Amino acid sequence: MVRIVVPIKQVPDMERVKFDSEKGTVDRNSAPGEINPFDLNALEAAVQIKEKVGATVTTISMGPPQAEAALRDALSRGADRGILVVDRAFAGADTWATSYTLATAIQTLGQADLIICGEKTVDGDTGQVGPEIAEWLDMPHVAYVSEMKSVGEKVVVVSDMEGDRYVIASRFPLLITVTKDINSPRLPSFSDKLKARKAEIEKLTAQELSAVGDPSRFGLKGSPTRLSKVIVPSEEGRKGEIFRGDLGEATMKLADALVRGGLLENVE
Amino acid sequence: MKGYKGVMIYAEQRSGRVHPVSYELLGKGREIADKLNTKLSSVLLGSQMEGEAEELIYYGADTVFLYDHLGFREFDLINYKRNIVRLVEEVRPEILLLGATHLGRSLGPRIAVALSTGLTADCIGLDIDEQNNLVQIRPAFSGNILAYIRTATRPQMATIRYRVMHKQERDPGRRGEVVRKDVELVDPLLLLVSRESSSGVNVADADVIVSGGRGLKKPEDFKILEGLAEVLGGVIGCSRPLVDDGWMGKEHQVGFSGNTVKPKLYVACGVSGSPQHLAGMRASDIIVAVNSDPSAPIFKIADYENCARTAAHSRRGLGYHQTGADRELSDG
Repeated sequence: MVRIVVPIKQVPDMERVKFDSEKGTVDRNSAPGEINPFDLNALEAAVQIKEKVGATVTTISMGPPQAEAALRDALSRGADRGILVVDRAFAGADTWATSYTLATAIQTLGQADLIICGEKTVDGDTGQVGPEIAEWLDMPHVAYVSEMKSVGEKVVVVSDMEGDRYVIASRFPLLITVTKDINSPRLPSFSDKLKARKAEIEKLTAQELSAVGDPSRFGLKGSPTRLSKVIVPSEEGRKGEIFRGDLGEATMKLADALVRGGLLENVE
Repeated sequence: MKGYKGVMIYAEQRSGRVHPVSYELLGKGREIADKLNTKLSSVLLGSQMEGEAEELIYYGADTVFLYDHLGFREFDLINYKRNIVRLVEEVRPEILLLGATHLGRSLGPRIAVALSTGLTADCIGLDIDEQNNLVQIRPAFSGNILAYIRTATRPQMATIRYRVMHKQERDPGRRGEVVRKDVELVDPLLLLVSRESSSGVNVADADVIVSGGRGLKKPEDFKILEGLAEVLGGVIGCSRPLVDDGWMGKEHQVGFSGNTVKPKLYVACGVSGSPQHLAGMRASDIIVAVNSDPSAPIFKIADYENCARTAAHSRRGLGYHQTGADRELSDG
């Protein structure tokens, strides 16, 4: 049985979340939380391995108590266990402290053979937490995996590097980060959703992690990077000309504009 | 902070080719080093790359640390990390920059953890504040906000987005030092089985992109856009749904989960402009949007807009250019 861990994050629905450009804030309450879309691909990859060769799939999330909903969603999509890493002491963590906390939690749970992460989150957008977890746990990783070739004695994956495809083989333990190309995440059935609603979500607090981890590395105080300000740019000040109606005339105007911009040669 | 001095950039290469982001990092790194009145160094891992090491000097480096090994021709995560970490511990730069390429974003986090220092991802701006700290500016929330970040530890590490910084003019008269370093190798743990190159289209590097979206009725409609792209000297891009539907290859995809592009001209035909798409192309110099829906979000960031039937309009644009000043075109 391959022991798989899938770290997931609850993020706001990016289609609906509101930004305040005057205050420079993100109104996280303006949109419902959901599993980071890239993490759904990670979870699906794990569940497919479970179906093919047998595996246990543990999902783990660091977040506020309401992130429990994301873990329940993960259970309904095929995960076996949901672990919420939750404590006020974890708040304000950057990727360094987040990856340390998650790596410590994974160690607390026992050995993982394969850790599967989404390539990045849609809110933080760093893509750093996966490779950082691998370094904390001293295991190799392959990022931007778009295809699983085989899982047996060895794991063989395809890593997309700006269009070049690298086929890479590794023994366990291994961490991979997956792109959206790897699969199409399944939708949970109604009965799976019901079952997940009643399932137990296990919790790990700072105290529990302190048995193997260093609490001075948790949360904001453990974070080497600090946010000094946030700007919500109002749309770049492009002047935006609209050409409507007569197509011929509009095309001429556009062509003239592109000639002025040096993008088209003047064709008199 | 005491004991840390100088700026270091990681010069990325794959299969013996230096990634152009490395020269951009040297350009920005030179500017920062001059501001801090310090030296700019570069670290290059590869095989038989003496010539490229000299090039790094021509583009602004004072010192190039060269790790030359046959096994370094392709990316070796574990050994690249090991040797870079050892070098940084020896040289102790106050700033270490990598390109925010796939390779840089895979390697950088491991170096940061190994060095117990912070790392800021995918920066589009760097500045030095009054206390000589590095201010790192990066987009987040799919490009909807800009975060200003400082690092309390040293070195201050950041990955920098490609095609944002400017390289200096190449100066073959520039002098610097290439320092060959001993390579230390351990079991790489990852075995490279094979490598396939991409089909050749590179939207990330293109100056002109003509993009199609869900507004196109059928795959054949791309022929029209291809004609336009050819006339403009550009390449074809597309939004994610068309890749999902199998109309176009992933290498054409522009957006959050595809390629981030910054062309001089971006023509969006039938692209409504989801936040994910906008995140990948909003930095384009000029954006032209053609769409039949006046409320399409793409219009919020476009410079020139035309609410019309996509196909007709694109064809007209093409017709205009090919036939010269054919101002008699009737409306179709």
